[in-house]
This record gives sequence, C-alpha cells and structure tokens, in this order.
Amino acid sequence: MDTSFTPEDLAFRDEVRAFLKEAYDAELQARLASGEPQVYKQAVIDWQKRLHAKGWIAPNWPVEYGGTGWDATRQFIYDSERAAFGVRDVVPFGLKMVGPVLYTFGTQAQKERFLPAILASDEWWCQGYSEPGSGSDLASLKTRAVLDRDEYVVTGAKIWTTYAQFADWIFCLVRTSNEGKKQEGISFLLIDMKSPGVKVNPIVSIDNHHSLNEVEFNDVRVPVANRIGEQDKGWTYAKALLAHERTSIAGVADTKRNLGLVRDYAAREINGGRSLLSDPMFQARLSDIDIELMALEFTELRVLAAVASGGAPGAESSLLKIKGTELQQAVQSLAMEVAAYYQGVLPNELGAQKLGHEFGSKARQSYMYGRAATIYGGSNEVQKNIIAKAVLGL
Amino acid sequence: MNFEFSEEQIMLRDSVARFIQDNYAFDVRQDIAASEQGISRDNWKTFAELGWLSIPFAEEHGGFGGGAVDVMLVMEQLGKGLVLEPYLATVLLFGGLLRKGGSAELQGEYIPRIIEGNCLGAFAYLERQSRYELADVLTTASPSAGGYRLNGEKVVVFNGANADQVIVSARTSGGQNDEDGISLFLLPATAPGLEKLPYRMMDGQLVANLVFRDVEVPAANLVGELDQGFALMQAVVMEANMALAAEALGIMEQLNAKTLEYTKTRKQFGVAIGHFQALQHRMVDTFMAYEQTKSLLYRAVCALTDEKEDAATAVHALKVMVDRAGKLVFSEAIQLHGGMGLTDELDIGHFAKRLMMINTTFGNGDYHQSQFSALRYNTGAAL
Repeated sequence: MDTSFTPEDLAFRDEVRAFLKEAYDAELQARLASGEPQVYKQAVIDWQKRLHAKGWIAPNWPVEYGGTGWDATRQFIYDSERAAFGVRDVVPFGLKMVGPVLYTFGTQAQKERFLPAILASDEWWCQGYSEPGSGSDLASLKTRAVLDRDEYVVTGAKIWTTYAQFADWIFCLVRTSNEGKKQEGISFLLIDMKSPGVKVNPIVSIDNHHSLNEVEFNDVRVPVANRIGEQDKGWTYAKALLAHERTSIAGVADTKRNLGLVRDYAAREINGGRSLLSDPMFQARLSDIDIELMALEFTELRVLAAVASGGAPGAESSLLKIKGTELQQAVQSLAMEVAAYYQGVLPNELGAQKLGHEFGSKARQSYMYGRAATIYGGSNEVQKNIIAKAVLGL
Repeated sequence: MNFEFSEEQIMLRDSVARFIQDNYAFDVRQDIAASEQGISRDNWKTFAELGWLSIPFAEEHGGFGGGAVDVMLVMEQLGKGLVLEPYLATVLLFGGLLRKGGSAELQGEYIPRIIEGNCLGAFAYLERQSRYELADVLTTASPSAGGYRLNGEKVVVFNGANADQVIVSARTSGGQNDEDGISLFLLPATAPGLEKLPYRMMDGQLVANLVFRDVEVPAANLVGELDQGFALMQAVVMEANMALAAEALGIMEQLNAKTLEYTKTRKQFGVAIGHFQALQHRMVDTFMAYEQTKSLLYRAVCALTDEKEDAATAVHALKVMVDRAGKLVFSEAIQLHGGMGLTDELDIGHFAKRLMMINTTFGNGDYHQSQFSALRYNTGAAL
C-alpha cells in the first residue's frame, strides 16, 4: 500500500499548476462568469480547446483514441489541481459520456466521424435519457424509433436535457421494440439537433437559470448509420456509460475546494465579535463534512487504482455517486448558513452598491440547483437499489 | 499509487485469519472471557510462535520491523474474532512506549521478553478525573534516594490484572493539566506498595485499578526524558488509535456480513426479510459506512507510514468516523436481527459492546472531532 508521490509525480503537479496559471487566465474567467449564454458557451469551448491543444482534454480515454495515458496518481493530481484552481471540469456529455460509448461500441466510421470533434470541442453534445414519463425507471422509456428503409423515424420527448439549447448532437435511448423485457427493446441513437422535427423547449429551474430543457422529436429521420451497436441492445451500452457518469458525478475534488471556500468565508464572517469559523457549533458542522470528504477522497482513489489496474467502475461507482452528491449538498447547505441574510439576495439586484456579499446569491443558486445532484444520474434511492442487488446480493 | 498488500503482508493477514477461524469460535471466546484470567496463555504462546508479538519491533531486538500496515492487518483480524488476549496493551502500548522512548537497557531487557511471549505489559494512564485528557495527571513521582517515589491511582488499566510490567504516567513537575512535567516509569506489577483491583468490562476484558502508595522506582526505569513524557504518550496513542480503528473495521465487517446473511434466511410475511427495500437501504447505509471507514483507515495508515505532517489530523478524523459508523453498524445489526439481536447468546451484542469500548478508548468521537477542528481550522492551513 503506497499513496506517496514520486519526484516525477511532483514534477507533473508543478506542470499542471503552471499550465492552469497560464491558460486559465483572467480574461477567460471573466467570460466564463458571464450571464450571457452565448458568451459563456464560447468561453467553455475556448477553454476546452486550450486543454485539447495541451493534450489533456480526455484523461479518462485510452491513449489510442486521444487519452493522456495517465495512471491513477496523475489523474488524481490533475483533478485535485484543476479543482483547487477553481477550474470547472469539462462539459461531460461528449467527453465523459458518449465518447467512451463510441470508442467502446462504435464502428470505425462512427469513431472517425465523431471522436475528433468531441476532442476538439467542435460539436456540443447533450444527453437524451430521461423522459416526461421515465425518470428513475429509465427502461420504461417510450420515445419510439421505427425503421423506414435506411432511416429511423423518431417520435417522442426527452426531458431535463442540460444545455440542449447549445447542442449540435444528442445521444438518445429510443424504443425499437415492445417485445420481451423492457430493457431489451431499446436502441442507442445519435441524432443531429438540426434535423427537421427537433424542438427544444426551455425549462427554468429553481436557481432562476435556464440550463434544462425538454426536447421534442416529431417524425425526426435518423440514418441507421447513427445507431450504436445492434438494434434493441442499447441498454447494454447505456449501462456502461452510466457507471462512468456516476463516477464523475461524485465531484470529490470540486467539493473539497468548495468546502475550503466556505471555511474561508466563515473565517471572515464576524458574529458577536468572533469569527463564525471559531464557533464550536459551526466547527462541528464543518468537520462532519470535512471528515466524510477525507474518507471519500480515498474511496475515489481506491476506485481509480482498481480501474487503472484493469478493473471497470462497477457498483462502487454507485457508492461514489451517493456519498459524493450528499456531500455536495451538505457543503451547499453550510454555505447558505454562512451567507445568512444575503442568501436571499437576487443576482444583479445590488448593482453597484456592493455589500461584499456576492457570495450570498451564488450560494443560493448552487444550493437550489444542487438539489438536482441526488436526482440525476439515477436518483440516490435507485443507487441504493443497485448496491443492494449487485454488491449485497439481495 | 496502489492499495495492494505485499506477499508478506498477505501471509501475515491470512495466518491471523486462519488462527481465528480454527481457534476462536464465539463459544470458545466466551469461555476464555469467563475464565479467571480472562485470556488464554496458550493462545499468547501461539501468538509468540507465529511471530505476531514481534511485528512493530526493530530487527536488532529480534523484531519483524513491521509498520502501520502490518499492525492494521493484524488488528483487523483480531477484531473479527473479538480476541481477548492483550495485543494492544502489551505490544502496542507498553511495547510502543518502550520502542519509541525506552533506554537501550530497558529495550534490551523487555522487548525480547515481549516477543517471546514472556512479558505481559500494561500502560497505566487514566485517572478518575482525567476522562480523555492524557495530560491530566495527578499521580506524582517525587525524587527519592534510589530514584522516584510514586503516589496516586490509575483506573481502567487495560490488561492491568495480568500485566507483569507496567508503564505509568506520573507528574514530576507542573500543574494538573500541564503537558510539561509528565514522566513515564516502568515498574513490575509486584512492586511493594502497588495494589491491584481487577474488574471486568462490558467487552469481556479484565482491567484493573492500580493504587500507588510510596512505590519506589529506580531512576534507570524512566521511559523517555524526565518531564517530557507527554509527546511520547501522544505518539504511541496516535498509533494505538489507528490500531483500534482497524480492530473496529474488522468488527464492522463481521456485523455487516452476519446481518446480511440473516436477512437472506429469516422469513416474514412469506419472504426473506432482505427482500424489503426499507431493510435493503439500511444495509446499503451500513455497507457505505464500512467502506468510508476503511478509506479513512487507509488514509491514516498511509499518513503514519510516510510520517506526514497531517497524520494526527487523519487519525482524529478516523476515530470520529469509527465512532459514528460503528454506532450505525451495530445499531442496525441489532435492529435487523430483531429480538434475537437483544440476546446475550448471540454474538451480535458482544461485537456491539467491543465497538462501544473502542469508541470510548483514548477519546470518543466528539473529543476527536474537537481535536480535529482545532488542528484544522485554527491554523489557516489548506484543507
């Protein structure tokens, strides 16, 4: 058992730090903070292109497809440094979700068509899994795809589709058969968002933002060549993807940074002449989270090390998802306590009269949208069912 | 980075596991607990023959030269068997103080005897008023003609009833709660003026209160520097807390496995109760608590092995986790076993009581959480 860093690891860490310092510059950060959707989108793309140019856009991909070939230690170092520097992780839909499905199950032609554009962030992807009638019971999905010569005709609707308004492509689970078990008649399609019959309806969430959407498909024609793998076998491919998704949802490094920010704010908040951070009640709540997070960081390392030595993320990714999202919410909740009255301030209301509490409305937005984390990627209750079945054999 | 064990470590772990499997069935364990000494001398000889008593000691003393990982592996298995023999008290506490602070003469005399299984030891640190504060010491050691004269009382001394030799903390200067001014002395349990009052604890272990009335100790039996015993105690207790956490992890694994097995066989309403989602989710919670505890144990062990600055923080965190996770695991184990969980006949309650005893040893969860917070939030260091 050994978790110490070698001199080469430490040199790598310095390289990551130097790169982030130079590439994640103030001008880019200002654009990323923009409330203007197209400015934000372009800033995300620009950042990801810088990562691509450096060769670091896809640490979780195999080297032959453009991955970094980093071992578990380097993946951990990169992710820790990225988060500590306040850099958001890449948009997951292309790089962390459909990309691995493509290189694992796609045809040579599909790989050549889609992977380079995902790596270069030239095409923005979104995920078509949930439906108005199918949430945690994903396999009950009803969006239909009927074969008409060399095209599928797709009819139905997907929902909670993050950034569909930005997307060039959507990967979808669609029903191609009603025979047998409900998991057996599902196929995995890649659909061009510019296809006639695709309509995106915005959904404003309780953080007052528009990132969610409903996507309608009205007789959308999709070439058979855009199907991944075999017809009716899509569930198998989707399940492989879900394990990757859950592992990356855990967000341990980012939660660690956010907890550090909450601590720093608490050190500056004065209540009755003493800093909030020195209040024993506050320390108890902070340390409750801190200790669970120290443990989860090593749980993630254990999973990373297992995957690096040839394993695949399995049911333990469900544990990471449950604990990771619980801790994200716990940090958001604590941030709200630190923000006090200012958690209620709406963004842009204060205008020029800075109260010194931009923190408040940001904390609330994270807190409100953060409720999604225990719901998406398979609700935490569904994750518990998965562990009960796959690990405990119940 | 890897979380794998060496071949040697796997052999060590498996040898302890095999011993527990072959020689430490629950009814055998209960017979040992009920015996006069509350431990088996034959088992202790076996521990010596198998080399387990030599693990943390240097090769020059006939030791195995093992580290935190080796200690963790042994303690985890001992926990699974609810082993009563005084490994913690003799090898890790008494032996640990000698190893880290003893003079060459004391080490040369006692370490080989520990390794051979011919010396049971104890560390007498706790006093009636001291709760979890190692520095709260009223027992005094005043200079005398041949060395020092001890007066005072120590309570709940682990292995205090059976120990041949005892290391005791005593105040040589300063006030009741000062870290400076505490010294450690090694003396035989048969020293004139030393009275032993043995009694049993809820987890089956036989402990003792030790009363010192003008007990003479030669100056050569000072362990560590005069007045500087606190740091030495702290270092040994930090390692002991890691070892206790490993023991707790072994117990939690047993409780979870036994509970899971029970819910697969116990039928109510015509089905195995493990079929019910309300119970499944509770068992997932205890499974996650176990995994999180294991992760933190690994973190602490790595920090101790690499002598990292934050080792103390990691061990405090670990002891908090052991307290919280341990309570969850044993409470659910009792609940899911239903009425049977309340019986003395079943082992579940005995695992629970050992976990409760571990939680209170060297500070409960709240105590360690406040120590953790002081180290981590009052210094401005990065998380």
